[in-house]
Amino acid sequence: MAYERGQNGGTDIFAAYIRLIGGLAQRLDYDEQRPLTLMEVCGTHTMSIYRWGIKRLLPDNIRLISGPGCPVCVTPEQTLAQALALSERPELTLASFGDMLRVPLGGRSLLSARQQGADIRIVLSPLDAMQIAIDEPARQVVFLAVGFETTAPLTAAVLEQARERHIDNFSVIAAHKTMPPVIRALFSEGTAVDGLICPGHVAAITGARAFDFVASELHKPSAVAGFEPADIAKAIYALVKQAAQRRCVNENCYRRAVSEAGNVHAQALLRRVFEPAAAEWRGLGSFADSGLTLSAPYADFDALARFAPSYETPPAQTACRCGDVLRGRISAGDCPLFGGVCTPQQPQGACMVSAEGGCAAAYKYRER
Amino acid sequence: MSMINVNDQTVILEHGSGGKLYHQLIEQVFMPAFGNRYLDGTQDAAVCEGDGGPLALTTDSFVVQPRFFCGGDIGRLAVCGTVNDIVTSGAEPKYLTLGMILEHGLPLAQLRRICESIATAATEAGVYIVSGDTKVVEAGACDGIFINTAGCGLFGGRRPLAGKVQAGDSIICTGSLGDHGLALLAAREELGFDPPLTSDVAPLNGLIRRLEPLYDAIHALRDPTRGGAAATLNEWAEAAQLAICLDESSIPVRPQTGAAAQLLGMDLLYAANEGKMLIALAPEAAEQALELLHGHPLGRMAALIGTVSEQPRGRVWAENAYGGQRIIDPPAGLQLPRIC
Amino acid sequence: MCLAIGGTVVSVNEDMAVIDYNGLRKQASTRLLPDTAVGDEVLVHAGFIIQKLNADEAAELAELDRELRSYGL
Repeated sequence: MAYERGQNGGTDIFAAYIRLIGGLAQRLDYDEQRPLTLMEVCGTHTMSIYRWGIKRLLPDNIRLISGPGCPVCVTPEQTLAQALALSERPELTLASFGDMLRVPLGGRSLLSARQQGADIRIVLSPLDAMQIAIDEPARQVVFLAVGFETTAPLTAAVLEQARERHIDNFSVIAAHKTMPPVIRALFSEGTAVDGLICPGHVAAITGARAFDFVASELHKPSAVAGFEPADIAKAIYALVKQAAQRRCVNENCYRRAVSEAGNVHAQALLRRVFEPAAAEWRGLGSFADSGLTLSAPYADFDALARFAPSYETPPAQTACRCGDVLRGRISAGDCPLFGGVCTPQQPQGACMVSAEGGCAAAYKYRER
Repeated sequence: MSMINVNDQTVILEHGSGGKLYHQLIEQVFMPAFGNRYLDGTQDAAVCEGDGGPLALTTDSFVVQPRFFCGGDIGRLAVCGTVNDIVTSGAEPKYLTLGMILEHGLPLAQLRRICESIATAATEAGVYIVSGDTKVVEAGACDGIFINTAGCGLFGGRRPLAGKVQAGDSIICTGSLGDHGLALLAAREELGFDPPLTSDVAPLNGLIRRLEPLYDAIHALRDPTRGGAAATLNEWAEAAQLAICLDESSIPVRPQTGAAAQLLGMDLLYAANEGKMLIALAPEAAEQALELLHGHPLGRMAALIGTVSEQPRGRVWAENAYGGQRIIDPPAGLQLPRIC
Repeated sequence: MCLAIGGTVVSVNEDMAVIDYNGLRKQASTRLLPDTAVGDEVLVHAGFIIQKLNADEAAELAELDRELRSYGL
C-alpha cells in the first residue's frame, strides 16, 4: 500500500538483488530436487517473506524455510497453562502481547478466557503493563513476558523501573528465550539447511558478532538481515554468493541498524536482570541456557513464585511433526496433519499456532 | 467448510466479528429459521416490493466502544451505517427508525450529545428519523447505550443493483482504507497517538449519487465495515465464484493510519471502514467514475484498486510493488495487534 | 518477535521520547538507549528505542552497483 517506507527506492534495490540471485543461482550445484536451503529464525522474517510474496520470486533451486523463530509458537504449553491459571484469579490482571491471545491449549486460549470474564489485557509494551499496576494499585498485574533478545531487554528495563519505584503489585511470567543455543542444537543434529538468515532486530541488541558462531563453529554461511523486502533479498544474495564461492562467514547485511557490538547498554541490563537457564521449546524439547530466568535481585518479580498457581498441562498432540518442520527436515506439507486436522483455525502444534509460524505461513501461501 | 467453533454450544464474541463464525451463524441458525426470498445473507439491504415499485430495507445495531471517538460517536455511526447499507442496493435512503436501549445511569448530557450527532448526520444524509423506541435496562445490563437503526430507501425508477461482481469488472475504492478500525482501536486501548487517529464515519449517498450517469455500469456496491475490504472482497469473490486481484500499491492509505498499522503490526485490508465504498463496475466506466468521485469531498482519494477475473475461483489475491503476490484470506476473527 | 519501526525523535523528556512516524507521534522509552537525542532516526520495538539508525544509502547503492557490474547485469 502507498504508505510503505522505502517503497520506491526499495523496489528497485529489491529487483536488482533478485536479478543477482537469479544470475548466480544458475551457477550453483543445486537444483529443484535438492535446492540451496536457507533458513530464517525470526517470526517477523517469516511474516515479511509471506507478506511480500518473496518465495515465488526466487529461482527453483533456492528454498526458504522457517526455523524456530516464532516465540509465540515455541512458548511451551506449560507457560500458557500457568498464564491461564493466573488469569482465573479475580484479583489478578494478566497483561500480554496480542500475539499470545489466540494460542490454543486444550480447547482454551487467553482470548477465550477473556471472553469468559478473565481480566486479560492486550499491551503493546511491557511499560504499559507496569502502568496498569501503577494506575490500579488494588490489582495484582502479571505480564506474560515472551519474546527473544529483541524483547527481553524491554522486560528488564521495566523490572528495573518497577524495583526502583517499589511497584509491588507488578510481576512477570519470565518466558523469554534466546536463539543461539537452539540454532547450535539444530545444526549439530545434522540438518539440510545450507545457510542461516539471522534475525536483524535480535542482532541490533546482541550485535552481529553474536551470530559469528554459525560460520565459525557450525560452518554454515550466515547473514544478518533486515525486514524490508530489499533487506531480505540482499541477505539471500549474500548467502547464495557464499554458497557459490564456497565461503563461510557471518555477514552483516543490515548495517543501518546492526553494529558488530550491538546495544551494549541493553546487553548489560539484560545481564543484571536475567540469567540463562534451561528452557522448553514447544515441539522441540529442552535446551540448556536457551531461556532467561530472573536473577536473584529480581526474584521477587517472579509471578510463579509469588502466586504458585496450580495448573494442568494437557498432553501434546502425538502425530504432530512440528519438531521436524522446525529443524528443516520436512516441509509443512509433509506433515500428515497439515491442512486437514491442523489449520490456522484449529492449530495442533507450534508451527501452525501463530500467523508467523512456518506452517501457518505455508498454509496462507498455498497455491492460488 | 470446516467447523471452526471454539464452542459450538454458546454464542461467543467471535460470532459477531464478521468473519467465518459470523457467516456460520447466519447459515446455520438464522436462514434455517426464517430464510425467505427477500432475505439475502450476501447483501447489506433487502429489496422488497412496494405498491409503486421496489423498496430497499435494512437494519443494523450499534454497540461500539468507546461511545465517543475522534471523528464521531455511536449516534453518527448509527445513522451513517444504515444510510450506507441502503446505498449498497442502489436506492436513495429516505427514512430511518431509531431504537435505543439505555443503561440506567447513562448521563443525560451524553444522550443529548448522541442525539445531536444523530440529527447532524441525518441532515447531512438528507434522511428523516421517522419512528423510534426507547427502553431502559438496569445498570450493567447494557454498555451505556445500544442503538438500532432500520432504514428505508427508494429507487426512483432505477433497477436495484444485483450486488454481484462480473468477470472483467474494475474494483474502485472511494478513499483510504482502515481509518475507522484503527481509530477505534487506538481510542479503546488509549494508545496515545498524536494527533489522535480519526474515524472516517460519513454518509455516502451524496458521493455515490454522483455516479448516477454510470448507474447501469455498476454491478455491486458495498461498504467494507467489519472485517474490512478483505471481508467484502472475499464475499464478492465467493458469491460470484470469480477471482479478485488487488494492486496493493494503488490502495489509498492516510499516512497516519499507515504508520499506526505498522506500529501495531496490523493489515489495513482487515480494518473496518465507515465512510468508504467499494464499487465493482464495468471496466470501461472506471475512468469516468474516478473523475466523478474525485469531484466530491468524500471521494478525493478514490482509486482503482483491483480487477475481477475468472480464476482462481472464489479467491482474493494481491500483487505488490515488489512483484510478489499473496492470498488475501477472509478474516478469521478479531484482528489483534502483534509485536512479532 | 522483532516488529520494530523506524521514526524520528522529536523531543526527549527524562527517560521518554516522542517519536514521529510519518506524521503520527507516539512516546517511547529511552531507557535502552539513554543517549538518544532530538533528530535521531531510531528503531522502536514495543515502546522502547532499541537502536539508532544510520542509513548510509550512498554506500549501500555503491555496493549494489559493484555487484551488478561484476556480474554484467
